[in-house]
Amino acid sequence: MTDLSKLTIADARDALRKGDFTAAELTEQYLGAIEAADALNAFSTNTPEIARAQAKAADERLAKGDTPDMCGIPLGIKDLFCTKGVQTQAASHILDGFKPEYESTITSQLFDAGAVMLGKLNMDEFAMGSSNETSFYGPVTSPWRRGNHDAALTPGGSSGGSAAAVSADLCLGATGTDTGGSIRQPAAFTGIVGVKPTYGRCSRWGVVAFASSLDQAGPMVKTVRDSAIMLEAMAGHDAKDSTSANLAVPNFEAALTGNIKGKKIGIPKEYRLEGMPAEIEALWAEGADKLRDAGAEIVDISLPHTKYALPAYYVIAPAEASSNLSRYDGVKYGHRAKLNAGEGVTEMYQRTRAEGFGEEVQRRVMIGAYVLSAGFYDAYYIRAQKVRTLIKQDFEKVFAEGIDQILTPATPSAAFGLGEMKDADPIKMYLNDVFTVTVNLAGLPGVSVPTGLDASGLPLGLQLIGQPWNEADMLNTAYALEQASGFAAKPQQWW
Amino acid sequence: MSIDIKTARKVAHLARIEVAEDALPPLADALSNILAFMEQLNEVDIEGVEPMSSVTPMALKRRKDEVTDGGYQAQILANAPDTREGFFAVPKVVE
Repeated sequence: MTDLSKLTIADARDALRKGDFTAAELTEQYLGAIEAADALNAFSTNTPEIARAQAKAADERLAKGDTPDMCGIPLGIKDLFCTKGVQTQAASHILDGFKPEYESTITSQLFDAGAVMLGKLNMDEFAMGSSNETSFYGPVTSPWRRGNHDAALTPGGSSGGSAAAVSADLCLGATGTDTGGSIRQPAAFTGIVGVKPTYGRCSRWGVVAFASSLDQAGPMVKTVRDSAIMLEAMAGHDAKDSTSANLAVPNFEAALTGNIKGKKIGIPKEYRLEGMPAEIEALWAEGADKLRDAGAEIVDISLPHTKYALPAYYVIAPAEASSNLSRYDGVKYGHRAKLNAGEGVTEMYQRTRAEGFGEEVQRRVMIGAYVLSAGFYDAYYIRAQKVRTLIKQDFEKVFAEGIDQILTPATPSAAFGLGEMKDADPIKMYLNDVFTVTVNLAGLPGVSVPTGLDASGLPLGLQLIGQPWNEADMLNTAYALEQASGFAAKPQQWW
Repeated sequence: MSIDIKTARKVAHLARIEVAEDALPPLADALSNILAFMEQLNEVDIEGVEPMSSVTPMALKRRKDEVTDGGYQAQILANAPDTREGFFAVPKVVE
């Protein structure tokens, strides 16, 4: 019998169609794996009843020959996605007990295609974090370890539960969201593939908002092929999200030919950071060599405003967050603080938010309130929005000059230890996003592909940045990079 | 630009987050530190640059101003901490 835990989405799809095993059998395998993996804290809510019912329905469809790609595929869903009747808290205390009365567009599309939800996945609170340590549910522990050392490592963040679950074979794929790198950084830290699509490719409706002009959902999976399959199921126009693009969704999987002859791949000199580990430098150079060997042309390019992306992001994202998170006031849902005699509605708002939001969320909401406040709006917010224009123009210029994709490291280091950054300046943590955040500011698609291990055996990834709406070509280059890299490392099971 | 305790108190109020007096000095420090990081933006020449207000260059769709959905009172109230007679309930606002 096939080892069901080692499958990819593509393998499972083909085997389900052939009848090698049933969706019910596949689902039981993953429900069992999740139960045995409590030590990772990857799942915040398990939904075995829903999973079994969906698997049964998928088997009935399969029996009738109605077999969309995702039919019967067991998935984990990031806690940021509203799932009808199922606890959805964005890993925050302030949404205690929230059970949405509606289903996000993306999860609706996945379930309509026959996908199975195993449960909700842990994450940084409101997707604000790079290590999963801001979660009200407690941090996720990466399935990866440094050699034989048993120190607990971060799976990255904010989609840390998604990354850990896919990497530890607790599901075949997971939804993630990416505002500054929250899909690509955890994917790189755990040796999996993560795609942040073009802004507007996937509907944001029913996804708890962090920074609306930057947020974009995408797949986190084991292979580039799986990312193509799952992205196609997640993408598409949605009238309920006014920024969702009314464009046809291509068959992304069909684009994976592996032929990248004549493609121009840009290497931006500004991404060569001072003090960058030699291993990351080497990984990047090897990645470029592999693409060159596959027939691509490697071109040195310049994206001159790169340095300003992170400070611009840390104005814009908190500004949007402070506005979006104003809805958490103890009135409509979630936590409400207890009041003392004589206290009124203002105390209720203030105490509810003080008790309900964690430290990092409070910090960002306050920074946002500050940069939007009278007298500082032009100096910070408008200035950052102008810098954002310049960052976008940097990309437009190189694409207009014929660059097809841009190759960069995904992260400035391998995964770090849980607690290691506890006393560090928050800015240090923000630096995790240094290679990924430009892509969100410019609204572009990006993919993180695992291509190597560091000296202690931890995964490292490279990022490809594509032209807007051309995820298909970007994924094909990612596919060529994946084939040439032959990354096959898996974490040793210790949990 | 550094944030003093008075500004930290004001920011906390704008954000409607209760912050104890003794927590204001570290908060002021933390916010100042982040603002110092943002100061880098002052190096950029933004003369004549339009602020980016839309990620993809597309006009928002228009539609007729009419009711297309609704009638979900029970669902909307289902998660509320306190409701009365079909409304959200909050502490007294006016004495």
